[in-house]
Amino acid sequence: MSRPLASGIAGFARLIAGSQAFWPDESPPICGQHIFYANHSSHLDAVVLWASLDPIQRDRTRPVAAHEYWQASRVRRFLAIKVFRCVLVKREGFGRAGIEAMYAALDDGDSLIFFPEGTRGSGDKVADLKAGLHHLCMRRPEADAIPVYLENLNRILPKGELIPVPLLSRVLFGRPLKPAAGEAKAAFLARARQALQDLGEHS
Amino acid sequence: MTNLTALFSVVVTLLAGATLVGWTLNRIRPSATVSNLVRRIWAWWGMVAVLALATWLGKPGVTILFLLLSFLALREYLTLVPTARADHATLLWSFFIVTPVQYSFLWFDAYGMFSIFIPVYVFLFLPIRAALEGDTRNFLERTSRTQWGLMTCVYCLSHAPALLILNIPNFGGGQITLLVYLLLVVESSDVFQYIWGKLLGRRKIAPKISPNKTLAGLVGGVLSATALGTALYKVTPFSPLTAAALSLVATLLGFAGGLVMSAVKRDRGVKDYGNLIAGHGGALDRLDSLIFAAPVFFHLTRFFYSVH
Repeated sequence: MSRPLASGIAGFARLIAGSQAFWPDESPPICGQHIFYANHSSHLDAVVLWASLDPIQRDRTRPVAAHEYWQASRVRRFLAIKVFRCVLVKREGFGRAGIEAMYAALDDGDSLIFFPEGTRGSGDKVADLKAGLHHLCMRRPEADAIPVYLENLNRILPKGELIPVPLLSRVLFGRPLKPAAGEAKAAFLARARQALQDLGEHS
Repeated sequence: MTNLTALFSVVVTLLAGATLVGWTLNRIRPSATVSNLVRRIWAWWGMVAVLALATWLGKPGVTILFLLLSFLALREYLTLVPTARADHATLLWSFFIVTPVQYSFLWFDAYGMFSIFIPVYVFLFLPIRAALEGDTRNFLERTSRTQWGLMTCVYCLSHAPALLILNIPNFGGGQITLLVYLLLVVESSDVFQYIWGKLLGRRKIAPKISPNKTLAGLVGGVLSATALGTALYKVTPFSPLTAAALSLVATLLGFAGGLVMSAVKRDRGVKDYGNLIAGHGGALDRLDSLIFAAPVFFHLTRFFYSVH
């Protein structure tokens, strides 16, 4: 019941956002365990990124989303838990419980969609990344981090709007990266942020 | 055989010939240009099939097809030109209200409203709605960009299906044929310009705007398409001479449309408006010539041939 619904929603989201996925070197999507991290400027971000993945990869990829928002009504809860299989984390006091839930998903072998800027920005610039991305990468060294730049979604459905303007968008996947041996947390986060920013600028 | 069937037979014959040439070229001299040519030809089969289906459904089919084309063109255009956060409301109006309302006037044969809705009502309403948002940065540029998009992608383009509401004496029910005739003349001119340009083209007409437009392409393309339009005068209400004159006007305007829309693309630093149609680019890359040719062709036909 939720599987066809998920495909339907994925197709609809891609239609509305006119989204097209671009992979580095035009290579096909790499299967395996990844932490997809992306810039965040619209409510469409998670679903469009998720919809851009190969269906097999999609089944094993869980968006990390705000507990406060997705637990607020029965419909949202159904969508978050049954359809998208979100990892719900509390925004307030993010700390231990939230990171444990993400660890559990990684330990199960699932991939994650993660927005390390913390909150939705205006869409002009990538903000500094929160430490969570580094924690996730350290927890599961075999999973790499893949930067994903979401272009134009902030114009299609900006913060605070209800109806999307049906412009075209692009989902730009970057090359995978991992913390190097002995690399400091701040250095890795800066490198990951730069990779995301470059994707947006050099496309 | 009806005129419409005759026109489609001409199109299918031309396409079949092109497919054969493309196939042969691919065998004897394969190159990137040839493989792009083959993809373009296949895409033409698809576009012709969609048009045939729409005309078979009659006026509703044609109106809905052009409504969708306007929607796609506007989508590509507004993706390319910058807008601000405060434009969200005017953009929603443009897509979901203005575009369908403009086409609804065709549905109801309301020529008066059809011809002034966007140039008068929408022209005044858009800046009013934008001003209510209170963001004055680049106000005039933002408003003008949206208005220009609506004028080209919606207003001008809607003049092609508007041929269906013309009342031409002794031409009962042939308006859809006239639309297909216009499409054939304008689009074949694009194709002939491409072919003549590739075969003989040397001198570039506007190297800064479009490196592919050459003098030989322009002259050869316009003359070939005009000859085709003249030869097909029997499916129209025109005499051979007026068919030639109208074809010439339509193809020259089509060329100008391609030039202007390319200038917009160059300004924004892109080659194509999108990648909707394999080998061709976006919908707007194919519709640019029609956008400029349709309103003038419509009004000349209306002025000289229709009874109001």
